[in-house]
Amino acid sequence: MTFHETVPYENSFLVEGKTFENAGHVSRQVKTLLQKMKFSKEVVRRAAIVTYEAEINICSYAERGKIVLRVTPKQINIEATDEGQGIADIELAMEEGYSTATPKIVHMGFGAGMGLSNIKRFSDEFHITSEVGKGTHLEMVIRT
Amino acid sequence: MKLREVKEILEAEVFVGHDQLDMEVKTAFGADLMSDVLAFAKAGSLLLTGLTNPQVVRTSDVLDIAAIIIVRGKRPLIETILLAEELKIPLLGTRYILFETAGRLYAHGIVGCLERVAEKRDFS
Repeated sequence: MTFHETVPYENSFLVEGKTFENAGHVSRQVKTLLQKMKFSKEVVRRAAIVTYEAEINICSYAERGKIVLRVTPKQINIEATDEGQGIADIELAMEEGYSTATPKIVHMGFGAGMGLSNIKRFSDEFHITSEVGKGTHLEMVIRT
Repeated sequence: MKLREVKEILEAEVFVGHDQLDMEVKTAFGADLMSDVLAFAKAGSLLLTGLTNPQVVRTSDVLDIAAIIIVRGKRPLIETILLAEELKIPLLGTRYILFETAGRLYAHGIVGCLERVAEKRDFS
């Protein structure tokens, strides 16, 4: 498989919410795909980190979600949309250390209030919108 | 230092990765919170942790962690061992506590993957 045969590329992955059983499956698939497309280790790592963080958020807080991967030669676009509780105060949620995690989430090693700020740090562009009781939409761009 | 020496220093048990003990490692990060590991750990480092669930392996895979050392004599869950085998990430266990594990490795030349966090995190 060569770069030109695979890019532009688009695929979407469903994420089961409220369970950690499959947490990390999507980011693993995204990582494998990007590795096959021969992106640099650094780019693949950043894309995997933001996808994993978004996936963990869906597994932690939402009923279900979807992650869409779009790849062009110049950038990797990862969109995570969930049906869930939503975020009331996005600015507050972006603050390191702010968390609404349940004991179950903390037991899995997450919920330290680092996820969204970490996504922002590893993305070149990051957009977030949310509606309480409906869900959250994240868009991450990593330039290659 | 080779992973084999890490194993000897920590008198560690190898759960996964007997065939990868010649791997070279120079740095480490230690935490029980995967959220912090995701924020701070660098590629190619050892991960020292007391967490034993499969998310330790998932997190390590995402970050290109070289090998996982489970501290305090904890046993990884069977799902954790199977996932580490599948993703070919060495998984070791030591009875030393996190502080001792870090101290013993540091005394032998392994350093932190970062010394301290910046006063203000760089979000650029």
